[in-house]
Amino acid sequence: MKLKTTLVAATAAVAVSAAAQGATLDDVKAKGFIQCGVSTGLAGFAFTDSNGNWDGFDVTFCRATAAAVLGDANAIKFTPTTGKTRFTALASGEIDVLYRNTTWTLSRDVDLKFDFLGVNYYDGQGFMIRKDMGVASATDLNDATVCIQTGTTTELNLADFFRANNMNYDPVPIETNAEAQQKYLANACDVYTTDASGLAATRATFENPGDHIVLPEIISKEPLGPLVRHGDNAWGDIVRWVMNALIIAEEKGITAANVDSMASASTKDPEVKRLLGVEGNYGEMLGLAPDWAIHAIKTGGNYGEIFEKYIGENTAIGLSRGLNQLWTKGGILYAPPFR
Amino acid sequence: MSMTGQPPVEAFRVSQLLYDTRYRSYTIQVFALAAIMLAFAWAVDNAVQNLEALGKDIDFGFIFETSAYDINQHLIDYDSTSSHGRAAIVGILNTILVAVLGCIAATAIGILAGVLRLSGNWIVARLMTVYIEAFRNIPVLIWILFTVAIVNEVLPGVRSFRGPEGMSGLFFDSVFITNRGFYIPAPIFEAGSAVVGAMLVLTIAAAWYFGRWARVRQAATGQILPVFQIRLAILVLPVLVAFFAMGSPISLEIPALKGFNFKGGIYMRDSLIGLWLALSVYTGAFIAEIVRAGILAVSKGQTEAAYALGLRPGRTMSLVVLPQALRVIVPPLISQFLNLTKNSSLAIAVGYMDATGTLGGITLNQTGREMECILLLMAFYLTASLTISAGMNAYNRRVRLKER
Ligand SMILES: N[C@@H](CCC(=O)N[C@@H](CS)C(=O)NCC(=O)O)C(=O)O
Repeated sequence: MKLKTTLVAATAAVAVSAAAQGATLDDVKAKGFIQCGVSTGLAGFAFTDSNGNWDGFDVTFCRATAAAVLGDANAIKFTPTTGKTRFTALASGEIDVLYRNTTWTLSRDVDLKFDFLGVNYYDGQGFMIRKDMGVASATDLNDATVCIQTGTTTELNLADFFRANNMNYDPVPIETNAEAQQKYLANACDVYTTDASGLAATRATFENPGDHIVLPEIISKEPLGPLVRHGDNAWGDIVRWVMNALIIAEEKGITAANVDSMASASTKDPEVKRLLGVEGNYGEMLGLAPDWAIHAIKTGGNYGEIFEKYIGENTAIGLSRGLNQLWTKGGILYAPPFR
Repeated sequence: MSMTGQPPVEAFRVSQLLYDTRYRSYTIQVFALAAIMLAFAWAVDNAVQNLEALGKDIDFGFIFETSAYDINQHLIDYDSTSSHGRAAIVGILNTILVAVLGCIAATAIGILAGVLRLSGNWIVARLMTVYIEAFRNIPVLIWILFTVAIVNEVLPGVRSFRGPEGMSGLFFDSVFITNRGFYIPAPIFEAGSAVVGAMLVLTIAAAWYFGRWARVRQAATGQILPVFQIRLAILVLPVLVAFFAMGSPISLEIPALKGFNFKGGIYMRDSLIGLWLALSVYTGAFIAEIVRAGILAVSKGQTEAAYALGLRPGRTMSLVVLPQALRVIVPPLISQFLNLTKNSSLAIAVGYMDATGTLGGITLNQTGREMECILLLMAFYLTASLTISAGMNAYNRRVRLKER
C-alpha cells in the first residue's frame, strides 16, 4: 500500500509536467512571471543579498530574460537547485529555465531531453588545495581525499582523471557548495574540485583566501549555459536570443546607461537598430515586444558589464575574461548575427 | 399452519448487500478494492503517457552500462569502469552494513537504557529519561547531521598527526581518531590461520553444546554450574593454544600516515560512524521505551515469587522477567529495526554511499532514469523490510508463550 501511494505521488508529479509541456511562453505570460532555477548559493554567480533578493551573474541572465519577456526584471521566481535536483526540477516543469553553472554535455542534451541554448561562461574543472600541503600539480594528488558535488560532470571527470593518471583517491560526495566548503575548511578533505570559476568564487569567501591555491591543471571543458526542456523551441529561442542580445550589446558598445539614447535613433548601425527594435520586427518573430532587448540590457547591462560587476577582476572573485572575452578581443564569445 | 421445525431459510436478496450488516462489509470492500485498482491503473497510465510526452521510455538497460563514477566505501570490488548495477549492489551492501551495525548497537543501547530507566537510583533513572526524551523528540536527520558535523569539526584532522611534533594515536599509536573517521588495526591472516579459524568454530560448537548439557543437568539435578566462566575457558584456551602452536599466524596491520592519508588497517569513514552512531542512539531511545514497557508488563508477582524461591535479582531478571518481557518486546522491536533500516536512507545527507546514494542518487542523476531507479529502490527497501519482518516473526514464534 505504501508502494502504491508513493507511485501515485510520483506519477502525480509527472502529471504536473504535462501541463508544462509545449507553450512555455504562453504559460509564463499567463502566470506573469518566469520560474528560474539557480544554484543554492555560489558567490558571484547566484546568491541572496542582505534583503533576501537573488543576485549574481547567472541570476542577472535570468532577470534579463524576465525583463525581455514580461518587461519586468523582478517578474521572476527563483528556485535554488542542487546538482542533483536541477534536472528533475526542469523536466517536471517546476522551473522554466535553468541557469546553474550547468555544463552542456551530449547525454544531458540528448538523453536527458534538454535543449542547451548557448554558453554564458566557458569553464573547466580545477582543484583547490591548501598552500601548506606543498602540492604543485594535480598529478601529485595520489591517495588524496577529494570533496565533490554529486550529480555533476565533476565527479565523472574526476574518476576519469585519476584513472588515466593511475592514481587513487577517496571521493567525499556532497550536495551543495556550502557543505563542500565547510568540509574542506574543516580538513575533512584535502582537495576540493569543481569548475574553476566555482573554486575562485568559493575561495573568495574564505577568511584567508591566500592560504589556498588552485592547481594549474584544468582537466575538462565545462561550457556552462542555460537550458530548457526539449521540444519547446519557441521558448528555447527566446532564452537563447536574450543571451545573444547581451553579447551583441557588448560588441556594439550598448550599455545599461546608453541603451535608451542608442534606441532613440542616435545610432546609425543597422544591427543595433534591429537589436533595439527600432527597425524590423524581430521582437514579433520571437513573440515578444519590439523593445525586448532594451529591457534585457537595462537589467544589468551587456555581457561585459554583468561579468565585471559580479565576477570580474575588480571583484573579490577576480576572474579574468580569458575565453569569455569577445571573439574580437581574443576570446571565444561569439554571438550569431542579429538579422 | 405447518410447523417444519426448521428456521425459515431466507433467500438472498440483492438489497441485503446494502442493508444487511452481514453483507454490507463485503460490498464496501469490493468497492474500495475497485477504487484502489482504478486509481492505481490511472496513475500508471498517466505516468506512461507523461513519460512519453517527455520523450522518455521505461528502460532498465542502464543497469549494464558503465557507471563512470567512483564510490568511496565498497565492500566488493568496484571502480568507475564497473556497471551501474554493480554500483547499486555496492550501495545495497553499504545500506545493509550500516543497518546491521545500527540494529545491534541500538538494541544494546536500548536494553541498557530501558533497564536503567527502571533503576532505583534516582539520578540514573532521570538521566535515562532525559536521554530518551531528547532523542525521541528530535528528528533523526538532525542527529545524523549533528554527529557528522561533530566528527568533522571537533576531532583532529589527519594533518595534525603529521611530522615529529604531530599527535600520536591511541593504544600504542595503533588507533587514530580523526575527523575523516577512525583508522584501526586490521588483522592479517597468514598461512596457518585456517587452523586457528577451524579451532574457533570447534570451540564455539563445544561451548554451545556445553550450555545445553548444563541446562539439562540443572533441570535434572538442580545444580548450577558457573556456565559463563566455563564457556569462556572453552572458547578461549584452545584457540590460544592453536594460535601459538601455529606460530602466531594472525598479526595486526597498524595504520600509518603516508602522504595525504593513513594507509593500512581498517578505515571507518566519518559518514559511517556518524550515521551509525546517530541511527543507533536515536533508535535506541525508542527501544529503551519498548524494553521498559516489556519489563513493566510482567506482573510484579512473578518477581516476588522468584525472590520467594530464593533467586537472586540478576537471575530473576534473566530467568523469570526477561523471557516473559521478550514476548511483549519483540513485535514492536521488529518495527524499530525496520525504521532504522529505512532511516538509513538519510545517509545521503552526509555523503554515505548507501543504496539511495548510488542507485537513487548518482546513477539516477547521471542517467536521468528517475522512474526506473526509484522503482528498483522501492523494490529493494520493500524486500529488505519484508526479510527483516520474516526473520523477526520467526524469532517471535519461538519466544511466544507456548501452550501445552
Ligand atoms: N558544471 C558542472 C558542475 C556544476 C556545479 O555543481 N557547480 C557548483 C560549483 S561551481 C555549484 O554551482 N554549486 C552551487 C550549489 O551548491 O548550489 C555540472 O554542470 O555538472
